[in-house]
Amino acid sequence: MSSQDKFSAQRPDLESRSLAQKITDHEVRQPLGNPPDCVPVAPTVEVNLVRRRLLIGSAVVGLGGVAAAAIHDGELGGLPQTFRGAVPWQEGTADAPPGVSGSGYAFFTPQEVAFIEAAVGRLIPNDPVGPGAVEANVPFFLDRQLAGRFGHGDHSYLGGPWPKGTPEQGYQTRFRPSQLYRAAMAAIDKHVGANFGSAGFSKLAAEDQDKVLKGLEGGEINLDDGVDSKNFFAMLLQNTKEGYFSDPIYGGNKDMGAWKMIGFPGAHYDYKEWVPRHGERVPYPTVGFKGRPGWTET
Amino acid sequence: MATTLKPVDAVLVGFGWTGAIMGQELCEAGLNVLALERGPWRDTSTDFATGFAQDELRYMWRHHLFQNVADDTLTVRNNVNQEALPMRHLGAFLLGTGVGSGGVHWNGQIWRFLSSDFQTKSHNQQRYGKKAVSDYDLTVQDWGTTYDELEPFYDQFDKLCGTSGKAGNLKGVIQPGGNPFEGPRSNEYPTPPMIQTYAPTLFGRAAAELGRHPFPHPTGNLSQAYTNPLGAQMGACTYCGFCEKFGCGNYSKASPQTTILPSLMTKGNFTLKTKCEVLRVELSSDRKRATGVTYVNSAGEEFFQPAEMVILSAYILQNVRLLLLSGIGKPYDPTTGEGVVGKNYAYQTMSSVNVFFDDKILNPFIGAGALATVIDDFNGDNFDHGGLGFIGGAYIAGMVTGGRPIEMIYTPTGTPAWGLEWKHAAAKNYLRSFSISVHGSCMSHRGNYLDLDPTYRDIHGRPMLRMTFDFTENEHKMSDYLTDRAAEVARAMNPREIKLNRRTGSFSVVPYQTTHNTGGAIMGENPKNSVVNKYLQSWDVPNVFSMGAGAFPQNAGYNPTGTVAALAYQAAHEIRARYLKSPGPLVQG
Repeated sequence: MSSQDKFSAQRPDLESRSLAQKITDHEVRQPLGNPPDCVPVAPTVEVNLVRRRLLIGSAVVGLGGVAAAAIHDGELGGLPQTFRGAVPWQEGTADAPPGVSGSGYAFFTPQEVAFIEAAVGRLIPNDPVGPGAVEANVPFFLDRQLAGRFGHGDHSYLGGPWPKGTPEQGYQTRFRPSQLYRAAMAAIDKHVGANFGSAGFSKLAAEDQDKVLKGLEGGEINLDDGVDSKNFFAMLLQNTKEGYFSDPIYGGNKDMGAWKMIGFPGAHYDYKEWVPRHGERVPYPTVGFKGRPGWTET
Repeated sequence: MATTLKPVDAVLVGFGWTGAIMGQELCEAGLNVLALERGPWRDTSTDFATGFAQDELRYMWRHHLFQNVADDTLTVRNNVNQEALPMRHLGAFLLGTGVGSGGVHWNGQIWRFLSSDFQTKSHNQQRYGKKAVSDYDLTVQDWGTTYDELEPFYDQFDKLCGTSGKAGNLKGVIQPGGNPFEGPRSNEYPTPPMIQTYAPTLFGRAAAELGRHPFPHPTGNLSQAYTNPLGAQMGACTYCGFCEKFGCGNYSKASPQTTILPSLMTKGNFTLKTKCEVLRVELSSDRKRATGVTYVNSAGEEFFQPAEMVILSAYILQNVRLLLLSGIGKPYDPTTGEGVVGKNYAYQTMSSVNVFFDDKILNPFIGAGALATVIDDFNGDNFDHGGLGFIGGAYIAGMVTGGRPIEMIYTPTGTPAWGLEWKHAAAKNYLRSFSISVHGSCMSHRGNYLDLDPTYRDIHGRPMLRMTFDFTENEHKMSDYLTDRAAEVARAMNPREIKLNRRTGSFSVVPYQTTHNTGGAIMGENPKNSVVNKYLQSWDVPNVFSMGAGAFPQNAGYNPTGTVAALAYQAAHEIRARYLKSPGPLVQG
């Protein structure tokens, strides 16, 4: 088979064929021993083009805005495939991470921005030891998470009925994460208005903000509108640490400041040389998927 | 209306470790084999390549390789007086999906159970009396097979994976540097142990000072390049620290992808269909024979696949549910103790001790899924349980699987979970702390079982599986005793401070513990007390075989995969040697 044939699936006319025409469940790829035009690789590529974004060359090239339409593994929507006679593999189909793009807020309203900046600024405050969550761009990370698949609850089971359950049974609400955030931020501002006479959480003094956060953490504050305060606090704290410590491609951990603070060198691949060097500092510079500033300095 | 397809000799339901093992063995025997996998195809270079494998957010916290509970989950409760509710987010265990399944994102910890583990009931009863195995309503049983019977199959799996380690018992002769408590091995490990980093080295030194017997953890994270008997080539581990919960981009972690699929996928008598979920096993009118399986693909099309043999090779929670949904075997009833399917569900009893230094840089990010120095002095019945009030035990491991900062920052006792104090503790301790893992057994109990949920249904309209489980007093006592033993080693390392994370309270589905669910399709000596015989063959429907840790009558203090694989190889061996010549019961019930 020529490489032209191998990549025939990239032709727009093939891509635009209907689902039923593309792969049927009855289709069986033939073993490699059969005539070359039966090699299973081409149909596999066809499906991969639907399932994943086609990323030519290095995976890093694809980072950024291309991932919005990708259907990810493990989710509903992938097509049934049949394989026989070869290990299916096709170059250029790496399932690279989605990353985020843009700079403005897509999910949070201006009032919610004030809330979230105040809240995460107390969860991880700024000081000379290391960046705070606001300085690390965690609010932007949270915005993109809540506007995207995580916020939509794409990995949450949301079916009913919805009794409250025991603490051991975990998260039990009908809310998707984005709904929980929205409802909780409003309910907390309402609670602050009723108990502190303040226009909202963001307007409170830092020590009162801490008081409210502790009340949510321990479940002592009961919120209206079906919001479980402990559930929300646990999710907010977890997501804040995610934004603080995840790879910068997701919008937080600005300049890898959180990694530098603790001494985590990032996405290195090979530490073999340092395994037996007990007690020594590994001198590797901090690096993320998109590299590090030194790579572009002349 | 289901479309009926062309019959096959054997259909595999699920395509992880046991599916791949059975596929390879049955294809080598010349059978026409079809594997049905409900998740997608996955391969190293496409799905977890080195360029982007080290992504904590995506793989661990956004579950990129895990089962999506939006598609399928189960309900959970601690006891029969509670209403079971769905696990809405993954937590305690991280279920696999897709080709390779949990075999892709496991640690690579390759253990053999102890000889006495296979006789949990008779061994402990003989040594400690009848009460020891019936206290706390325990329902422990013998396995119906023995370590000696399984040894050749453990050996086969070691050779498949290229397991790195040091033998402690070679044909009955104790070897220096290995685990002196292990059963006799017919061969040394295929590759030498991994080089230990600082923290496991300090742990081993302290344990030896206390008179324990430290040894390197046996691992499927390979210490050097290896070519297995199927011709699959693996590379040496680079200690990148993104191993368990991640796929290995370096072909260094044993998985179906790195050890079996390069051979199996090229076989002309093997077919794999992905995004195809089996709904039930179909039975003949006398219910003594499976005629095949009904499955639905992700396009919503339903098929009946006739097959001479049905191998349930999904995860235990799916295998047990399929047995229940298909009416194979009598469901267990906890009030009467009658019935077997769903009986003796068990788990793993985990605790840990965090160790904090001021003066030692440990570099926790240099890690691997099974990079550890271990002591086995307090596992199984390796120590005298007289007067302790429990049976079972744990291995204690000074282990560094990685330093992924969202998951693995340890802070001292009393540190708040947020605020400046937390941040300062994280900055101060990240490079200078690690965790000692206490990996405990879990005995079976009359009230712990699996059945079908009366309320919640999956996307196909089938009842969800319902898990009723809590740790019993036996487990709490064992875990407390073992956590104290781990703390002794921790203190002997002369750290600034330690923190004990005991196993307290009821089982919770929220915090991650381990994906070692066991039981529910248990093996045993007769059809009255088990679902399958020692060859994992259904007593009721002899052309159905149920693989995996569902066969464990209770769980030992080790990771299950080595034993899961050995049981599969033993079943495959017997099928090839006897069943194919004369299909029918391999053990008379």
